[in-house]
Amino acid sequence: MIERTPWLDLVCHILLIAGVVAVCLPLYYALIAATHTLPDVLQVPMPLTPGNELWTNLKTAMARGDLGRQLVNSLIVSVGVTVGKIALSILSAFAITYFRFPFRMTAFWLIFATLMLPIEVRIVPTYAVAAHPLQGLGWLLDQTGLRGPLESLTGWNVEAVVKWSLLDSYAGLILPLMASATATFLFRQLFLTIPEELLEAAKIDGASPMRFLIDVLWPMSRTNVVALTVILFVFGWNQYLWPLLITTEASMTTAVIGLSKQISAAPEAVPKWNTLMAGALLITLPPVMVVVALQRWFVKGLVDSEK
Amino acid sequence: MIKRVNFQRHKPLAFLLLAPQMLVLAIFVFWPAAQALYQAFTVSDPFGQRSTFVWFDNFRDVLTSPEYFNSIYRTAIFSSGTTASAVLAGLAFAVLVDRVVRGKSVYRLLVIWPYAVAPVLAGVLWLFLFHPIYGAIALMLKQGFGVAWNPLLDGNDAMLLVIVAAAWKQVSYNFVFFLAALQAIPRSLIEAAAIDGAGPVRRFVSIVFPLISPTTFFLLVINVVYAFFDTFGIIHALTQGGPGGATDILVYKVYADGFLGLDLGLSSAQSVILMILVIGLTAVQFRFLERRVKYAQ
Repeated sequence: MIERTPWLDLVCHILLIAGVVAVCLPLYYALIAATHTLPDVLQVPMPLTPGNELWTNLKTAMARGDLGRQLVNSLIVSVGVTVGKIALSILSAFAITYFRFPFRMTAFWLIFATLMLPIEVRIVPTYAVAAHPLQGLGWLLDQTGLRGPLESLTGWNVEAVVKWSLLDSYAGLILPLMASATATFLFRQLFLTIPEELLEAAKIDGASPMRFLIDVLWPMSRTNVVALTVILFVFGWNQYLWPLLITTEASMTTAVIGLSKQISAAPEAVPKWNTLMAGALLITLPPVMVVVALQRWFVKGLVDSEK
Repeated sequence: MIKRVNFQRHKPLAFLLLAPQMLVLAIFVFWPAAQALYQAFTVSDPFGQRSTFVWFDNFRDVLTSPEYFNSIYRTAIFSSGTTASAVLAGLAFAVLVDRVVRGKSVYRLLVIWPYAVAPVLAGVLWLFLFHPIYGAIALMLKQGFGVAWNPLLDGNDAMLLVIVAAAWKQVSYNFVFFLAALQAIPRSLIEAAAIDGAGPVRRFVSIVFPLISPTTFFLLVINVVYAFFDTFGIIHALTQGGPGGATDILVYKVYADGFLGLDLGLSSAQSVILMILVIGLTAVQFRFLERRVKYAQ
C-alpha cells in the first residue's frame, strides 16, 4: 500500500470480480448443464441454478464410451510421461555436467535442438515411426544382406520383430513424449549451482557416481522435481494430437480424446450436453485439483521451466 | 559448462546415463524430422511404394496454392488475436491482483485454474456458451443485440470462438509471469515516485510498465508459439479448419494434408516451413533470454 485510495480500490475489486466471473463462466455453465436432464438443458433460456441430476449424469457419462477405462489410461499416460521425463532428464543432465567424455557438447546440442522440433511439425513421419519403430532395422538388414544369415543362425523371426508396432499401446502413448529438452536444462542449471566441494567431499568418502547422484543430487533437486511434476502431469493429462493419432480403440485412448470424439462424432445431431459436461468436469477435475492443491509448486514449476 | 571437479574415470557410465534420452530422441525426434525433410523433396505414389526426388516442387506447390495463403492469413489473425487478448487480460489481472490487499489469494486461485484445462475441453466449454441454438452468450447476443451468431456457419464467428477459447486458457499463464514480474519490482522505486506526486496510473506508465517490458516481450513470443502449435486440439474438435477454411491454421493444415489428404510431399514441405518458423521463434526467445540475464545482474 502506497497511498489510501478507497475509490480506486473499490474499482479494482469490481473489475477483478467481473474478470473472475468471466473466467469462471464456462465452468459454471458446465456445472449447471451437468446437473440437469437433457430437456432442461436444451430449453431456452437454460436454467441458471444447478439442478439435482449430477449423480445420474455422472453415472451415464462414466458408462458412455468407456470413460472409466479412459480415465485410467490418462492417469497411466500422465504418470508415465512425468516419471519418464524426469528420470531421463536427470540422468542426462548428470552426465553432461559431471562427466568429461567425447561428444559431451554434441549430446548437449542434440538435446537442445529438440526444442525446435515439436511433434506438431513432424506429425506424419513420427506416426510412421511409431507404427513400426524397427522398420529401419529391417531395411538395414536387407541392405547389408544380413537378414538371411541372422534368421538361420539365431532362429529369430526378423519379420515379426520388424512388424512390431506401438499403435494402441501404452508404450506408444508414453515413449515418444518422454524426451525433454526443458527439463534437462532445468536440472543442468540446478546442478551447476551446486557447490564443487560437495563432490570433492563425496569423492574423499569414496562415493561412486551413482551414490553421489542418489544421496547428494537427488535430495537437493527434490523441490524442482515436485514443481516440475505438477507441470508435467498437466502436460501429460492434456495431450491431444499424439494420443489422437496413435490410438484407434476406445479402450486404449485417453479421456480427453474419448470425450472430444463424442462431440465430433455427430456434428449435426444435438450432443447430449448434460452427460457431455458431466464427463468434461470429471476429466478436468484431476489436473485442476493438482494445480490448485500444489499452487505454490505449480507457479515455481512454470517460472522455472522457462528459464 | 562442466563442473571443475568431475568424474574422470567413468566415461562408459556417462554414455550409459545419456543412452535412454538419446535413444528416444533418435527414434522419435531426429529420425522422423529427417524423414520429413526427405519427403519434402520427394513425390510418392498413392500407395507409398516408390518416391521420386523432385527438388523444390513441393515447396513451389505449397507456396503458390491459394489455400496455403489463406492458411497463413488465418494463422496470422488467430495468433495475433489470441496473443493480444491473452497477454492484455493476463496483464490486467496481474496489475489488479498486485494492487488489492484483501482476497488476493482467492482471486489468484480463480484466475490460475484454467491452465489445467485441456485445450480441447476449453473449446468444448466455450462452444457450449456460444452455441447458436442454446448457448447462453449466443442467446444473449441474439435477443439483446440482434446479432445472428453462428460459429458453425459463419467464418468470422468461428474464428472469434476459437480465439476466445485459446486465449482463455492462456490468460492464467501470462498472469503468473506478470504477477511474478510485478512483485519483483523494488518497492522503493514505487514509493519514491509516489512521494514525487505520481499517481497510480502515472507510476504504471512511467515505471512499472518499462520494468516489466522484458517479461512482456518474452510472453509475446511464448504466446505466439502457443497459438501456432498448442491449439491444434481446439481447431480439431470445434471447427476442423472450417467453415470454408476460415480457421484452417498452419498446424491443422499439416495434419489435414498429411492424414486426411494423404499427400505426404505437400504435408512434409509444410512441416519444413513450420520447422524454419520454430527455429526463428526459438532464436528470438533465446536472444531475449540473454538480455534478461543481463537485466538480472
